[in-house]
Amino acid sequence: MAETAIEVAGLEKSYGSVPAVRGISFSVRRGEVFGLLGPNGAGKTTTVEILEGYRDRSAGSVTVLGHDPQDRSRDLQERVGIVLQSCGFYPRVTVREAVEHFAKSYPAPRDPAETISLVGLDDKAGTRTMNLSGGQRRRLDLALALVGDPELIFLDEPTTGFDPAARRTAWNAVRSLRDLGKTVLLTTHYLDEAQELADRVAIVKDGRIVAEGPPGDLGPERARYRVSYLSGGRRVEHQTDDPTELLHRLTRDALARGERLEGLEVARPTLEEVYLDLTTEVGA
Amino acid sequence: MSPFALAWEQFRFERKLFWRNPSAAFFNFILPLLLLLLVATAFAQESDALDVLIPGIAGMSVMATTFTALAHAVVFQREQGILKRVRGTPIPAASYLAGMIGSAVLNAVLQVGLVVAIGHFLYDVPWPADWPLLAAFTGLGVLCFGSLGIAFSHVIPNVDSAPAYQNAVFLPLIFISGVFYSADSLPPALEALAQALPLKHLIDGLGMAIVGNVGDAAGAAAVVGGWTAAGLFFAVRYFRWT
Repeated sequence: MAETAIEVAGLEKSYGSVPAVRGISFSVRRGEVFGLLGPNGAGKTTTVEILEGYRDRSAGSVTVLGHDPQDRSRDLQERVGIVLQSCGFYPRVTVREAVEHFAKSYPAPRDPAETISLVGLDDKAGTRTMNLSGGQRRRLDLALALVGDPELIFLDEPTTGFDPAARRTAWNAVRSLRDLGKTVLLTTHYLDEAQELADRVAIVKDGRIVAEGPPGDLGPERARYRVSYLSGGRRVEHQTDDPTELLHRLTRDALARGERLEGLEVARPTLEEVYLDLTTEVGA
Repeated sequence: MSPFALAWEQFRFERKLFWRNPSAAFFNFILPLLLLLLVATAFAQESDALDVLIPGIAGMSVMATTFTALAHAVVFQREQGILKRVRGTPIPAASYLAGMIGSAVLNAVLQVGLVVAIGHFLYDVPWPADWPLLAAFTGLGVLCFGSLGIAFSHVIPNVDSAPAYQNAVFLPLIFISGVFYSADSLPPALEALAQALPLKHLIDGLGMAIVGNVGDAAGAAAVVGGWTAAGLFFAVRYFRWT
């Protein structure tokens, strides 16, 4: 079995003359949780909808589990699960009926009752979908995406509009997917979500990837650490790749002068700072 | 599951959904029968009038259960994102549509059967003169109005405006196509319009089958068949999942 679940190279998509995706390349390994992070309108949803087979691309190549999603092969559809941003249900069926109905189209589905448990909807199994709350509908979305026991799951902004407790629950569900060995492609505009869940993150802006890597490594190339202290009431900041050497020099000099380095701080830029740095317009 | 088995599953699912939406079930199912009873009781006790009314209501039922019902269902499911969800599963598009259309076809067949039975038992209309012809015109009618309903759904912008769009077609058409009275006495312009559209020809065909009217069955079938071809083309060519 190939080690790569998704391979995207030079992907472009325009709506009329408006470019939405302008040359995106990335690959997702099997068993990995990969996050596409970026502000609204960056091209994340267009990208995943091309991978899901909903949209045709304008240029570039895309391979998902060995298939071109544009071919809409049934084999591929049987192996992926899709949670779209907003997607309806038949209003007058119960949660159980909906899950059982969609299970039938897959060759080796999960047990519907177990799938409902997995997303925590046991007590709502007999409720009609029209009577579910927003968060419960989102969990049913996840149940319907999982009932086919897919190898690869697309989650497009899975927690938008959730309260903090519901987000934690959803995050645990995504972690359990990774523990099951599933590959997950997640889009989000929440930094903490990408940081919590993704093994690797690509930051998308204006249809391009502006940074890519494990969340912990996504710092600017230079000045990975910032060392600062107060001197004469003003904060002095140094940036360095080698904080050991810098700190040694600073403390040695301070001791030689008989001073203390008041308010000494050593910090790495958080993903949020990197993200804002990368996605905010220069001069904005 | 094979595409056929999935179409069957979808069909059964649609049947369940149909009966869970009582207002839709009422308008698609009971209303034409109610109209038949009212009009027959009020105006059409003599057999000449019943010979017009019974095939007319049968034709109207075919249109209501297929054209109106499917146009509405497709617009609703597209707006709700149900079509998009289905598109992301392995259910083949053909199985999905076959299940949905099959459910509408069953409604149409039940309706035509009920209209014929009510005519026979309540108003002493003899049993249909030509059963195979009745089956043929019912089959052609559901195919025609089913495909036209799906084609029509493509121009309806949203579910709130769907009833207005459907009625803008349905109501004038039943009035010029001879549902309640013979269309032969219409002004020439309206008669020409009715002749060009499929419902009058469907009703003519049903009239030949049910009450033994004399007419050109092949010609009527040709017009309905032409509209069926156009309906299928536009239904498939411009189908939108989102």
